[in-house]
Amino acid sequence: MLSEMPYLVVVALIGIGLYIILFKRNLIKLAMGIVLVETGVNLMLIATAYSHGERLSAPIITSMITEGDFPSISMPVPHALTLTSIVIGVATTALLLAFFMQLYKKFKITSTDEMRRLRG
Amino acid sequence: MSDIYTWFIESSPALIIAIPLLFAFGTPLVSKINKMLRNIWVMLGVVLTAGLTYVMAFEVLKDGGGPFNTIVYIFGAGENGSVDGTAFDALQNVRITFFVDGMAVFMGLIMVTVALAAIIYSFGFIKKYSGQDKYFSLLLLLLAANLGMVFTGDVFNLFVWFEVSSVAICGLVAFRSNRGESFEGAAKYLIYSTVAGLLFLFAIGLLYGQYGHLNIKYLGSAIGGDGSLILVDKIVLGIIVSVFALKAGAVPVHMATPDAYSEAPAPITAMMVTASQAGLYALFRTCFTMYGDNIYDMAGNLRAPDMLELVHGAGYIMVVLGVISMFVGVTLALVQKDIKRLMAYHAISQTGYMLLGVGIGLAVYSMGGTSAFADFGRTAMSGGIFHIFNHALYKGLLFLTAGAIIYKAGTRDLNKMGGLGRNMKLTALFFIIGALAISGIPPANGFASKLLIYEAAFKFNPLIGAVAMMVSLLTLASFVKVFYSAFMGPKNPEMKQGEVPRSMLIGMAVLAGVILVFSFAPSLVIGSIVDPAVTALSGVGPTITYPGIADQPIAAFTMLTGQGGWNALMFLVVIIVTLIIALVIRMLGNKGTTPGGEGGKPYLFGNPTEVDGKPIVISSSNLYWGFVRALKKYYDPMKKAHSGVINEYVFWFVATAGIVILVLTFL
Repeated sequence: MLSEMPYLVVVALIGIGLYIILFKRNLIKLAMGIVLVETGVNLMLIATAYSHGERLSAPIITSMITEGDFPSISMPVPHALTLTSIVIGVATTALLLAFFMQLYKKFKITSTDEMRRLRG
Repeated sequence: MSDIYTWFIESSPALIIAIPLLFAFGTPLVSKINKMLRNIWVMLGVVLTAGLTYVMAFEVLKDGGGPFNTIVYIFGAGENGSVDGTAFDALQNVRITFFVDGMAVFMGLIMVTVALAAIIYSFGFIKKYSGQDKYFSLLLLLLAANLGMVFTGDVFNLFVWFEVSSVAICGLVAFRSNRGESFEGAAKYLIYSTVAGLLFLFAIGLLYGQYGHLNIKYLGSAIGGDGSLILVDKIVLGIIVSVFALKAGAVPVHMATPDAYSEAPAPITAMMVTASQAGLYALFRTCFTMYGDNIYDMAGNLRAPDMLELVHGAGYIMVVLGVISMFVGVTLALVQKDIKRLMAYHAISQTGYMLLGVGIGLAVYSMGGTSAFADFGRTAMSGGIFHIFNHALYKGLLFLTAGAIIYKAGTRDLNKMGGLGRNMKLTALFFIIGALAISGIPPANGFASKLLIYEAAFKFNPLIGAVAMMVSLLTLASFVKVFYSAFMGPKNPEMKQGEVPRSMLIGMAVLAGVILVFSFAPSLVIGSIVDPAVTALSGVGPTITYPGIADQPIAAFTMLTGQGGWNALMFLVVIIVTLIIALVIRMLGNKGTTPGGEGGKPYLFGNPTEVDGKPIVISSSNLYWGFVRALKKYYDPMKKAHSGVINEYVFWFVATAGIVILVLTFL
């Protein structure tokens, strides 16, 4: 049960994030929703690292562990993936906030309801 | 010679990514010195990348591009560049690899060709803007991201390039920072693609948790490895289909695409078209390589009927998305008055053709001797994939001409421009070439690929074939509207006079030249680059082989569709003969018009232009008001759906992804 706990948090984070993206019209809240979804996905990647049992293969060792008790270890690949995805997330969030700031400077808007000059 | 050459070919996948990256990050430094030097630097970067891609394409595609021509590059240690796509060892599984086979290199050719034209065009186009070093930096970064997306053999690496491409695109869409609208378009595109990217990352997490590896080839052998599928496989396929449908800009997940396309500078829009096609590539690669590898065993016997059904389901989804995209894209394009937005909707509509062509191939996919796939499925696929290249060329050209029009007219509103044809004769010519190609009018290249799709679609389902043809007609109608608004009419003193700068003309001429080659030698193009791509994707070799030019010169230029043939050169001869006859008849008649007669008066669509001394004005954006009025019941909800509220757009994406996942899981 304890090993499934992270996935519950993942579901909660992604759920809340998606709810914010779909229903909140404030631009800053929108960015927060995206960051929440991102955190949830990152947590899920990390959670997949902790595994034990037959499917286990430590990726830096190219041969499969075939004998003895299966050890319970944390695999390094998902950590590398998560680190990359955090960096990407910082870049996209920063860019998004910069756009929102410029939109506020140009049109004094803070809501997606007003951000609809391009439509139809 | 041979050792160095072999080394170059073996490391070319990495070099092709490394060179534009190096030049991208070097651009701001070099531009500190001198503007001229910076232009040379940027040009050198793109020419090196393009040259290396062409050489690599030659090596991969020779002898029909079999599996032994695949270039594999393993980052890190290991046997680099083993030229064998079928074998892979444990080392390849845990390292990031680049797999360059017929399909990947086909996409690479598209990317570099369009980038070459876009960069040459940019030198003239952005002269009056500030921040040019950042512009070129991001443009080269976008090129690297596009190439990375199509060469990579690793799912997570694909996600990284997907995000690099999104960030570069958004930076460039917001390039004209004096316009607030460009920030709006960029923000919408960024939100849209970030949500999609996060969903894709979620799918990657599922794949890693299940299989412990992320290599596409390894996943291909692992998914359904014991002949049956699990729930995770189906969910992942559903997510990937919807995410890359969004990147490709298919209806109903296209919402932010027209906003970003219309706000970006013209050369960037041309590059964005290729970026969207990298999304299509990832979609096809997933369906065929990740989910298609285990369907048949080495001897060609069916071993996983579940997987075949799943892949067919994905094919039907692509067909449905394709038909909706074609129809909705073109009908919304008809009513636009912003020239860039109109063309953006056409890009969506044309994406539908590619989804339709490859979707039909996937929906009837099988390896047997006499099957629907051998009958028309493979033709549909080669039509769809040929259309990818054609679309990148003519849509790129059309966006560049739109940029030239805006450059001179100073407005994007079709109602406010006019008379540009008096000054911009070359631009008008390029526009006609592009418009003929996109509308599928013979002898242009768009006709060749659309013919393959029409015939296959008609065999698949006659109704879809009819829709595909009707969409082409509507495309022509809306480009007649643009041509009429922008180029026709008397000289307009409000527009800047003269032709656009030379570098812009050269950029357009590059694409127009390739279009002409593709138009008159479609069979050569299909035989040399399209068939290897289709073979690399589907694993089924070509059914039609073309004779050499030296043996049968006429037959070598005739494109065979399985039902008949198409020879653009013969068509050209017929056109010329008909023109000569028409000219002879014209010379036999009286010269000029009778003074004071009906012939001297101007007419607008058969109506007099003046009533009671007042001129009748039909604004050009409203040229098809009758059509729009008749379809009011369709247009009103459509306009409402494109409300401009990004929350609703994301809702469309989430809903589509949910439906696709449900359909693939429970059907």
